[in-house]
Amino acid sequence: MKYVLLFVETEQFAHDLEAMGPAERERAYERVTEWMATHAGQIRGGNKLRSPETATTVRLDRGEPLITDGPFVEGKEVVSGYTEIDVADLDEALRMVSTWPGCPLVEIRPLES
Amino acid sequence: MSAVGEASHDELARVVRQHAGQLAASLMHVTGDFAAAEDLVQDAVLAALRHWPAEGIPGRPDAWLFTVAKRRGLDVLRREANYRSKLARLQWPVQPDPDERLRLIFTCCHPALPRSAQVALTLRVVCGLTTAQIARAFLVHETAVAQRITRAKRKITDAGIPYRIPGSDELGARLTEVLAVIYLLFNEGYLSTGESAHSRDLVDDAEWLGTLLHQLMPAEPEAAGLLALIRLHRARAAARFDADGGLVLLADQDRSLWDREAIADAGRLLARAARQRRPGPYQLQAAIVACHAEAGRWAETDWEQIVLLYDMLLHLAPSPVTRLHRAIALSYASGPQAAMAELDALAGLLDGYHLYHASRADLLRQLGRPARARAADRRALALTANPAEQAVLQDRLNWS
Repeated sequence: MKYVLLFVETEQFAHDLEAMGPAERERAYERVTEWMATHAGQIRGGNKLRSPETATTVRLDRGEPLITDGPFVEGKEVVSGYTEIDVADLDEALRMVSTWPGCPLVEIRPLES
Repeated sequence: MSAVGEASHDELARVVRQHAGQLAASLMHVTGDFAAAEDLVQDAVLAALRHWPAEGIPGRPDAWLFTVAKRRGLDVLRREANYRSKLARLQWPVQPDPDERLRLIFTCCHPALPRSAQVALTLRVVCGLTTAQIARAFLVHETAVAQRITRAKRKITDAGIPYRIPGSDELGARLTEVLAVIYLLFNEGYLSTGESAHSRDLVDDAEWLGTLLHQLMPAEPEAAGLLALIRLHRARAAARFDADGGLVLLADQDRSLWDREAIADAGRLLARAARQRRPGPYQLQAAIVACHAEAGRWAETDWEQIVLLYDMLLHLAPSPVTRLHRAIALSYASGPQAAMAELDALAGLLDGYHLYHASRADLLRQLGRPARARAADRRALALTANPAEQAVLQDRLNWS
C-alpha cells in the first residue's frame, strides 16, 4: 500500500533547531539522511518544503480566486515536508515512522491508488 | 420479564458470545475482508436473536450461525466471485486456528482506531453484540454506534490496518490497547447500576474476553493480571448492593457474601503471573484488590502493603486518581493528617472529580471539621451522575 508521510514541524522544534550549534545541527540532518537511506527500499519520492512564510494560498469558493499570503491554516504546526512510501500495511508504515529522527509530528495518509 | 425469559436471555448472550467471534475469525480467514466478515456475522447474530427466543437454541448453535452466514454471504457477495467461490467451498465444522481470534482482537483494538471504535468493534465482532445492544450498554444512540463502526471498518480497509498478531517488538504496546478496551468494558458494566432485562451484562463480556485473551496469550502476565482483577471484583459483587439496591461501601460490606473460593483462585492466578517478574499496572491493581479481598474483616486490611503497592503502581503509571487512592490508603496506615496533605496537593488536578471531594469529606470528618466536610460532600454530590453513588452521599449528608 502507498502512503504519504506528512512531516509536521512545531514552533518548539524550529526553536530547538535554531538553538543548536552548527555541529549539532549537522548531526541532526545526518540522522534524517540515515533514516532515508535505511528506508530507501520503501521510499518512492518526496521533498522538504520551504518555510510557511513562502506559501501562497488561493481560495476558489468565493467567486473570484482569492489570493492570500501564507499557508491555508495558520497555526503553530506546519507541514514541512512529505515522503511517499510503498509498504505492506499501516503497521509497516507505523514501524518506519516510529524511528523518524526529525520533526515531532508525522501524519500517515493512505493514497487512493 | 419472567424469570424464564431472563434466563434464556442470559443463555442467548452466552451462546452468541461463544460462537460469534469464532465465526468472524473463520469468515475473515476465507474472505480476507474484515468488513464483509463482520457484516455476515452481524446478520447471523441478528437472525439468531430473531429465531432462538421463540424456537429455542439449536443443538449446534455454531452450525446454525455458520449456515446462516454462509447463505447470506453467497447472496451478498454475488458480485465478488472470488469470495463467493471460497465461501462456497467452506464446510462446517471449520477448525479455526486459535490465532485467528487473536488476530481479530488485535485488529479491532488497533491503535490507529479511536478507543470508542475499538470498544464497539470488539463487542460486535469478538463478542457478537448487536449495534442496539452496544448502544443500550453505553447509553448512546444506535445511529452513533452504527456510524462509529462503519467509519472504523472503512478505516481498516482504506488505511491498510493489517489482520495480524503484532510482532514481538510491538506486542507490548499493542497488548496495552487490548487490555485497556477490556478494562473499559469491565468498568462500564461494573459501575452501571441501571439493570435492564435486554441489556447485555458488559461485566460478563469483559471477563469472557479476559479469559480468552489469557488462554491465547498465557505467557503475558498483564493479561493474567487483568483477568485476576476482574475476577476479584466479581467475587465480591454480591455484597456491593443492599436489598434495596443501595451501594454498600467496602468497610460496611458483609464479607460472608464474598466468594472465598473465587478469591483464592484469582489469587493463585495472580501469583503465577507474578512469578514471571514482569510487574505491570493490572497485576498491581489486582494485588491491591487481593489485599482487600483476602482480609477477613475491614480491620484486618493490610494498609501498609496497599500503600506500598500504590507506590509501585504510581511508579509505573503515574495518575492523579491513583494518587488519590493511595492517599485514602495512607489515611488508614498513617492517619488522616498525612492523607489530607496529599489531598491538598491534588486540589488543582482533581477539582472536577466527585471521589476527590467525597474523600476530602471523609478526612475532614475524621479531623473534626463537620461543616467543611458537609460542603465537600455537597460538592461531590453535584459532580456525580451515578444514582448509587448519589444515594450514598445523600445518606451521609442526611445523617452527619
